[in-house]
Amino acid sequence: MAELEARTGMGAKRARPISPHLQIYRPMLTMMMSIVHRITGAALYFGMLLIAWWLIAAATGPNAYATVEWFMGSIVGQLILFGYTWALLHHMLGGIRHLVWDTLHGFDPADREWMTVATLVGSIALTLALWVVGYLAMGGPR
Amino acid sequence: MTEPMFRTPMSRVRGLGAARSGTSHFWHQRVTSVAGVLLTVALIVIVISLLGRSHAAVVQILGSPLIAILMLLFIINTAYHMWLGMQEIILDYVHEDKWKFLALMSNTFFVSVVGLASAFAILKLSFGV
Ligand code: HEM
Ligand code: HEM
Repeated sequence: MAELEARTGMGAKRARPISPHLQIYRPMLTMMMSIVHRITGAALYFGMLLIAWWLIAAATGPNAYATVEWFMGSIVGQLILFGYTWALLHHMLGGIRHLVWDTLHGFDPADREWMTVATLVGSIALTLALWVVGYLAMGGPR
Repeated sequence: MTEPMFRTPMSRVRGLGAARSGTSHFWHQRVTSVAGVLLTVALIVIVISLLGRSHAAVVQILGSPLIAILMLLFIINTAYHMWLGMQEIILDYVHEDKWKFLALMSNTFFVSVVGLASAFAILKLSFGV
């Protein structure tokens, strides 16, 4: 370090930024996806409450189950479930991307970008497809 | 914790990291992720096949052995995965000891309650009463 400073004439005397800050980097899709993976992970974490509620209600009886069905069928409930579906699929596809990286594949810029776009487009397309299938399974929107 | 004075450099290097458990956290996160792909697909198929069905039908299907086992696997795997994941998030952002330990403890409590309650519900659906 001292040698480097001597060679480049960069002393540590002047105050200068110690490390580049986030705002300095041009936002890139891959950065966004990093944080989105974390956000969806955290959202799914609390979303497990919904699954627990659903299962406990089913185990409790018809009345409790009817309450869950009413809530999930309401506008707010449907929006939450739609968001939950997307978060789950996005986190799962993003997770698969992480698993691919763990095999030391997919690191060059073209691959990174390709996998990132595929995660995003794939999660949205799959969410929509599942909801179409879901509505068909129920015989149309209620 | 008091550090023993006679530790070798090797023993110091072993088990490094905030959780004092080396890479096992990372590895368990991966194992639960691989299982998570399969179990999430199973969950989605199960949920879609239950949409719009009566309570009695839902109880019968969720309580049938194959479905109940898949649901239990999903719950147990996800509980461990989300516990590890949230721990990592907490360790990244919460630095003050007091809040860190409070958050880590809350994580454990939350996951225990949600996981156990969900698993209990499945068992009750399976074995009745
Ligand atoms: C807006 C841009 C950025 C966002 C949203 C972001 C977000 C994140 C998130 C969510 C993680 C943890 C999750 C994961 O490992 O995938 C992470 C880890 C990390 N980021 Fe970033 N990051 C950004 C930019 C940067 C930049 C510019 C650098 C380097 C100069 C950087 C260096 C790191 C490092 C070293 C880790 C690993 C930290 C650890 O494992 O303790 N990040 N980032
Ligand atoms: C409801 C189910 C799930 C919940 C509640 C959940 C929760 C979480 C949480 C809280 C994290 C930590 C996020 C972070 O450190 O940035 C995480 C990370 C992760 N999740 Fe999930 N997850 C779920 C399903 C899945 C599935 C199905 C996969 C399949 C591939 C997966 C793969 C991963 C991976 C690979 C990571 C680590 C990412 C990294 O190293 O930065 N998760 N998850």
